[in-house]
Amino acid sequence: MDYLLVSIIKILIIAPLLLATLAYIVWLERKVIAHVQLRVGPYFVGPHGLLQPIADAVKLLSKEDFIPSGVNHFFYWAAPWLGLMFAVSGIAVIPFGPQVDILGVKTNLGLADINIGLLWILGLAGMGVYGIALAGWSSNNKYALLGAMRSSAQMISYELPMALALAAPLLLSNSLNLREIVDTQAGFAFGVIPNWNLFTGFQLIGFIVYMICAFAETNRIPFDLPEAENELVAGFHCEYSSMKFAAFFMAEYCNMIIVCSVATALFLGGWHPIVPPVVATFVPTILFAIAAGVLFYHASHPIRPTDRKSFAVFGVIFAGIAALFLIPYAGPILNSLFWFFGKVGFLLFFFIWVRATLPRFRYDQLMKIAWLFLFPVALANMVLTAFGVTFFSK
Amino acid sequence: MSLYDLFPPEFFKLSVPLSAYLILSAILFTIGVATFLFRRNVITVFMAIELMLNAVNLTFVTFSNHFGKVDGQIFSFFVMVVAAAEAAVGLAIILMVFRTRATLQVDDFDTLKN
Amino acid sequence: MDLVLFLTFALIAVACALNMALQTHPVSSALSLIGVMVSLAVLYVLLGAEFIAAAQLVVYSGAIMVLFIFVIMLLNAGAEKMTRKAGTAHFLGFPLLVILLAISAWVITNATSAAKPVKFGAFTGGGPREVGWELFTRYLLPFEVTSILILIAIAGAYRLANKEMD
Repeated sequence: MDYLLVSIIKILIIAPLLLATLAYIVWLERKVIAHVQLRVGPYFVGPHGLLQPIADAVKLLSKEDFIPSGVNHFFYWAAPWLGLMFAVSGIAVIPFGPQVDILGVKTNLGLADINIGLLWILGLAGMGVYGIALAGWSSNNKYALLGAMRSSAQMISYELPMALALAAPLLLSNSLNLREIVDTQAGFAFGVIPNWNLFTGFQLIGFIVYMICAFAETNRIPFDLPEAENELVAGFHCEYSSMKFAAFFMAEYCNMIIVCSVATALFLGGWHPIVPPVVATFVPTILFAIAAGVLFYHASHPIRPTDRKSFAVFGVIFAGIAALFLIPYAGPILNSLFWFFGKVGFLLFFFIWVRATLPRFRYDQLMKIAWLFLFPVALANMVLTAFGVTFFSK
Repeated sequence: MSLYDLFPPEFFKLSVPLSAYLILSAILFTIGVATFLFRRNVITVFMAIELMLNAVNLTFVTFSNHFGKVDGQIFSFFVMVVAAAEAAVGLAIILMVFRTRATLQVDDFDTLKN
Repeated sequence: MDLVLFLTFALIAVACALNMALQTHPVSSALSLIGVMVSLAVLYVLLGAEFIAAAQLVVYSGAIMVLFIFVIMLLNAGAEKMTRKAGTAHFLGFPLLVILLAISAWVITNATSAAKPVKFGAFTGGGPREVGWELFTRYLLPFEVTSILILIAIAGAYRLANKEMD
């Protein structure tokens, strides 16, 4: 009963945070792409556009929820929620931090700690195809069906090199439990190089293959031909409006969070810091203090007159967060969370950066990359890792 | 007659008898046989085969649990693999037949008759 | 809680199986079958076979059923039509199948009346480590043979579904 109660509390904390994060990743994406393109992005709705996601949610909720003629009603209604359900379920197995002791309750920072965590995520990646395939098929629209078939074929083709790229760190960590995989990456080799699978596990090729597959699995540029707005009339979701449309995008961003978290857990060492622990306890404080300093500087030399007040307020908030990491009791917990979400955030920024930079692949180029390039490379990586583990492990 | 009378605390401590899993497997298998024999669409017939294989998998895993050995699960694993291979080839055959006959009704696949 | 979970997912499985048998459109049947497979995966977890449950999700409902749905959507043949021959089959067949089910249930209940019940958590040998160990030591030959079987299936499916007619 105790475990059940703690789990319910964790769900009540994580679920709203997840939904808020999904909304604000959209904000982050629009701001980053805007600044890459030398413009400002959402700026007027709230300070620096921070209320833009809320405005978008209100707009989407108040739009007319039309149902095209000739659709199969049950599948048309169910498809976005199926996709969202499978996407959100993956968050349950992601380890956010180590076992902590909060007010006398020993618990793992993470919802579920199952023996087959990685297989669960691979299974959900496979089931995520259904939301898209059903959406396209039930829309009674040739373009939607074509986009959905292409998207499903793309997701299935890239599941294979993704699973192979994930198999190599499994050989190094000897467990399917995501928490145990992170635990085997603790420590530092030679005192300075972190013991992550990317560095001392020599999984650079595996990491690159996995990231390319992650882009394809989540239908992000450069692999987003099936859902691009100027090809195929936006693909499988062109007949959807209001909340169902929002559900598709929430599912896509949730998938992004999951693949970045899996990459962090398997290749980048989870919540373990990149510098030795002596320095690592102060890194979050220093970073947030530097951010606060930059914000105060820009508040005193504003580019736009409204920046004076908003940047000053943000600077104060960041300075407060910097001080938060120094609290002796909550410090280590927040430290682990900072490193984990810092790495996931960096990978998400990389996703958005790539979206702002690269053009998209043609469909046949996309399939060729999966079958003729990524699959042999991932296979070779796994074989090399197997040789390394057999002959060089102690 | 309250909810407490319908579901007393002892109800939540009951465990499942072995025959329950086996009878569930038999029910699923029978539904699979019924679908296989009575439906006219060849893909539905094929899906009934998958349902029968799943029912048998449940029996294997149940006995693996009952005897405490993992061998039943190994067999179930091989059943899954063989079902995957069979589904791939079977659907390819159905695609070819559809290309020439343009119908998926089992009753119309009768060119070899007489 | 064992009984509650078992009854819930057993009822879902039977309901989805009946739905698969009764729906006319193949896509609805396919989705019902996916429902059966997912509830069976939960039952496998209840039986302690977590690796097989994950394999069921990944292989069966995540790959095989996707293949089915692809083919159904590709062929786009629509709902099926009932023929007269099928009607007589229904009339004769249903009672016989019900009798078969009744006999099986009676035999099973008699044969397992003295068996110990299934408790969740009693069997912990179903993790990936145990299954993997057996697969690679005792059952290595079937494992390698099934990989050759999959290679044959890939080659056969490619050759059959290839569009060039020669």
